Amino acid sequence: MNNTKNTHKLPLIIIAGTPGAGKTSVLVHTIRILKSANRRPALVKIDCLATDDDIRFAKLDLPVLVGLARDMCPDHYSIYNLNEMEEFAQKNHSDSLIMETAGLCHRCAPYTDNCLGVCVIDSTSGPNNPGKAGPFLSCADIVVVTKGDMISQAEREIFRERILEANPLCNIVDVNGLNGQGAAELAQQFRNFKAGHSDEDKLRHNAPFAVCTLCVGEKRVDKKFHRGLLRTMSGCEQYVGE
Amino acid sequence: MVKIECISIIGGIDKSGNPENLTSLDIRQGEIIGIVGPTGSGKSQLISDIEQLSQKDSSTRRQVLVNGKVPSPALRNDPRQKMVAQLSQNMNFLADMEVRDFLRLHARCRGKEQISTDEIIHKANQLTGEPIKPNDNLTILSGGQTRALMVADVAVISESPIVLIDEIENAGIKKHEALELLSGHNKLIMIVTHDPVMALSAKKRIIMKNGGMSTLLEATPEEKIVSEQLSGIDATILHLRELLRNGKHIRENDLNFIPESLLCNEENTSLTL
Repeated sequence: MNNTKNTHKLPLIIIAGTPGAGKTSVLVHTIRILKSANRRPALVKIDCLATDDDIRFAKLDLPVLVGLARDMCPDHYSIYNLNEMEEFAQKNHSDSLIMETAGLCHRCAPYTDNCLGVCVIDSTSGPNNPGKAGPFLSCADIVVVTKGDMISQAEREIFRERILEANPLCNIVDVNGLNGQGAAELAQQFRNFKAGHSDEDKLRHNAPFAVCTLCVGEKRVDKKFHRGLLRTMSGCEQYVGE
Repeated sequence: MVKIECISIIGGIDKSGNPENLTSLDIRQGEIIGIVGPTGSGKSQLISDIEQLSQKDSSTRRQVLVNGKVPSPALRNDPRQKMVAQLSQNMNFLADMEVRDFLRLHARCRGKEQISTDEIIHKANQLTGEPIKPNDNLTILSGGQTRALMVADVAVISESPIVLIDEIENAGIKKHEALELLSGHNKLIMIVTHDPVMALSAKKRIIMKNGGMSTLLEATPEEKIVSEQLSGIDATILHLRELLRNGKHIRENDLNFIPESLLCNEENTSLTL
């Protein structure tokens, strides 16, 4: 994580993960610990259609900003609005910016070069899941594993191994979203992260290519109505259109 | 691997936020400790604190030291270095894979590729009724089969100097045989139990209350005698259970049944712990 310019910008922590994995619960416990260590992060929650997580975050008595991506891809939306979030955090004299995104298809990853990328994954989703999770797991700096109390020790260990196969360099932290066990270790890693992000930052991973007809409102199912970069079941990929 | 001589539990807080009555507790290699208390009193959490080697970061704020020192993160997390084997209360597997593949994968995680999966399945089948087959899917196993496989997996693949056992009497598996499989030589064993036979077989027991460790009791000489008599009653009940399972009628003199295994066990004290 090298700094280029504009290092006056705040450390940026981006949390991604599957719906229901426990991102918000993990964050609430972690931020409580950060607060007791006199840290004052600004919190941003990006969701797709609706959210009530702002109510949970508001109880932490820290600046909270909520964004709804609606018709836009939520990961794109969160990246597109990074500057606004930064301004919000600066205005509130926060010492860092923690953003939780609701990723959608998990074909891309919301992490930028200089952020601390945190992926939250539910261990009850089965040992095959880490291999299927995609770049939001394989590009993460920290992988937080939740719900470990619901499976056997053997399954926990296999799950961990599978994460390391997908992302050999990540740091794995087990956190229980219900009682906060493990959150102290995650909070410590948040505190140790000091790199500021910059205007020159890039995403760590590209999004899927092209815009398709469904993106622009097509609802008809038959093949003949579809344009863009299209791929058949047999793996044949071609561009259809002008 | 670090040699375990002693683990220390530094007391934290109970569910009301008050300091635990037992402020610290040392458990030495070779000791077997029972953990008893009403449901919801924090027995499983105590086990979980030890499995995670908690450093005041769980809801109980307990700290667990190994040989008097704070354990390294690798010792806490890396399955290849782990020195704790835990049989939790779980009664089903969520992993969607075949028994044999699961055992192979787990053996690889613990750096024990050379272990034979057939041997583990064979051990599990000694504890349960209908046998588990290597190509059965984990998720279709019954509660008892799952439990038996978990016991055999913990005993062989997770073989560790510290063994934590949560309610081995659950799911109708053969509890004495399961305990013997898990115990091994000179291990540090903690058993959460509601079963008087199990609780009295430990020399010491921790009494849990409202999420905290309330007291540590040592078994009295009288309890040792009671324990032996209780084992006889227990053996009779287990005998009746097997008769019923095999479709037999129970007769009055079945109540006087004393199994040969118990007579043998009086010389072989490994099971009386």
